[in-house]
Amino acid sequence: MRKLSTLVLVLLSLSIFLSACGGTTPPSEMILATTTSTADTGLLDALLPKFEQQFNAKVKVIAVGTGEAIAMGQKGDADVLLVHNRTAEDQFMKDGYGSIRKDVMYNDFVLVGPKTDPGNVKGMEIIAALQAIAGSKDAIFVSRGDKSGTNSKELALWKKASITPTTASMQYLSTGQGMGETLRITTEKQGYTLADRGTWLATEKTLDLQIVSEKSKDLFNPYGVIVVNPAKFPKVNAKMAEEFANWITSPEIQKFIGEFGKDKYGQALFVPNTSP
Amino acid sequence: MNPIWEGLQEAFRLIANLDPELLRILAVSLEVSGLAIVVGMLIGVPLGVSLGLRHFPGRNFLITLVNTGMGLPPVVVGLFVFLLLARSGPLGDLNLLYTPAAMVIAQVVIATPLVVGVTLAGIQGLDENLRLQILSLGASRFQYYWKLIREARLTLLAALAAGFGSIISEVGAVMMVGGNIAGQTRVMTTAIVLETRQGNFSMAIALSLILLLLALLINWLFTWVQQRKSA
Repeated sequence: MRKLSTLVLVLLSLSIFLSACGGTTPPSEMILATTTSTADTGLLDALLPKFEQQFNAKVKVIAVGTGEAIAMGQKGDADVLLVHNRTAEDQFMKDGYGSIRKDVMYNDFVLVGPKTDPGNVKGMEIIAALQAIAGSKDAIFVSRGDKSGTNSKELALWKKASITPTTASMQYLSTGQGMGETLRITTEKQGYTLADRGTWLATEKTLDLQIVSEKSKDLFNPYGVIVVNPAKFPKVNAKMAEEFANWITSPEIQKFIGEFGKDKYGQALFVPNTSP
Repeated sequence: MNPIWEGLQEAFRLIANLDPELLRILAVSLEVSGLAIVVGMLIGVPLGVSLGLRHFPGRNFLITLVNTGMGLPPVVVGLFVFLLLARSGPLGDLNLLYTPAAMVIAQVVIATPLVVGVTLAGIQGLDENLRLQILSLGASRFQYYWKLIREARLTLLAALAAGFGSIISEVGAVMMVGGNIAGQTRVMTTAIVLETRQGNFSMAIALSLILLLLALLINWLFTWVQQRKSA
C-alpha cells in the first residue's frame, strides 16, 4: 500500500516536471521604465502578473523618475515607458524615439497643508492658493526640490501663478527627497506641499495635515504608455511592447485600473482615460 | 563623453570658483559636526578619564555599553532622535526636528561613545608608575586628572579625529532628523546622495573630494603630532 502511494507520487511529480520542461517556451523579456509612483502605489504589482501570464512574458520594471525613464528610452535601454510628463513625451515622439504613444490614465495632485491653515487657503483654486501662500508671512511651503515629476508640476504651477518661489521672498523649503519624506517634513513643519493623491491617501493617517486645494484641471497628472521605436533601436522587444501598450489600454484592464485602490483607500488612485 | 572625467573637471571648476551652494553646504556641515564634536568631547573626555581611573561596581558593564556605543548604527540613533523630537514625541514642543540642532544632537550621540572609548583606552595605556608618581607628589584630584589628560593629549587628538571623522561622513541620521533642507540642514553627505540620485555627478564629486580632503587633513594633523612626539 505504502509502495503504491510512493510510486504514484513519483509518477505524478515526474509528469509535472516533464510538462513544465517541454510544454512552454521561455518567456519573452521586456524592460518597462516607469515612475516610482506607479510602483509605490502597488498598481504595477497588481497588473504585471496578469500580463506576464497572458503573454508568456517576463517584465523587468525599472522604477525611476519620469526624466530618467525618458532618458532610458532615448538610449534604447527600455522597451516600453509608462511615464507622466506630457511635454517631454510629445518631444520624445517628435524626435522619433517612440513608435506608439497612448493615454493610459491620470491621477491628480492635491495641495495639503496644516489643519490650522495659517495661509487661509482652504477651498481656493490651486493658483490662487499658491499666491496666498507666497503672500502669507505664516505659511511655509515645502518643495520636493528633486526634479521629479511632482517637482516639475509644482514649478509649472508657480510659473502659472507668476511667482518665483525663493527662500528670500517666502518660507520655501526644498527637501530634495521623495514624496513620503517630504510629507513627513511638511507635517512636522506644519507647512503646505503638493502631493500626488496616491501617496497622500497612503500616508494621510499618519500626518497632521488636510487637503486644502484639489480637483482643478491644473492638478491633473496624465500617464502615457510609449513603445520605444524599433526602427531606431533594433534590439527593442517591440512585439511585446506593442502587446503591452494595447493590453494596458484594453477595456478590461482600463476597468481594473479604475477600480484599483478602492478596497484599500475608499477611492481609486488612478482614473483610466485612454481614447479609442 | 566620459561622465567620470567630465564630472571631475566640473567638480574642480565648482571648487575653484567657490560655488556659493557648495560653500553653504560645507559651512552647514562644519558647523553641525564641529559643534557636535565639541559637545561630544566635553561629555566624553571626563567620562573616559573617570572610567579609566576609578574602580566601582558596574564599571565593566559601563565599559561594555561604551564599546557597544562605539559601533552604534547611525540610523538607529536617527530613529531615536526622530521619535524624541517629532511633534508627537516627548520633546516635540521644542520644535527641533528638521533643524541643525536636531542634527547636532544625533551626532553628539554618535560621537560621544567613540570619544569615551578612545579616551578610556589612552588613559589606561599610561604608565602605572606615572600615576603613582603624580599622586605621591601630593597632587589634588583635579591636578591629578589634569596632568593625566595632558600626558594623554595624543589620545585626545585621536578621540577628536575618530569622533569628527565618523560624524562628518555620516549620512543616515542627519538625513532622518535634518531632512536635507536646502540651505538649512543640507550637509555634504546628504547632498551627495541627492545629487547622485538626480544625476548631477559634478556636484556630488566636488563634495566627495572635499570630504576626502577633510579626512586627509584630520589624519595628517594626527600623524604630524604623533610623529613629532616620538621624534
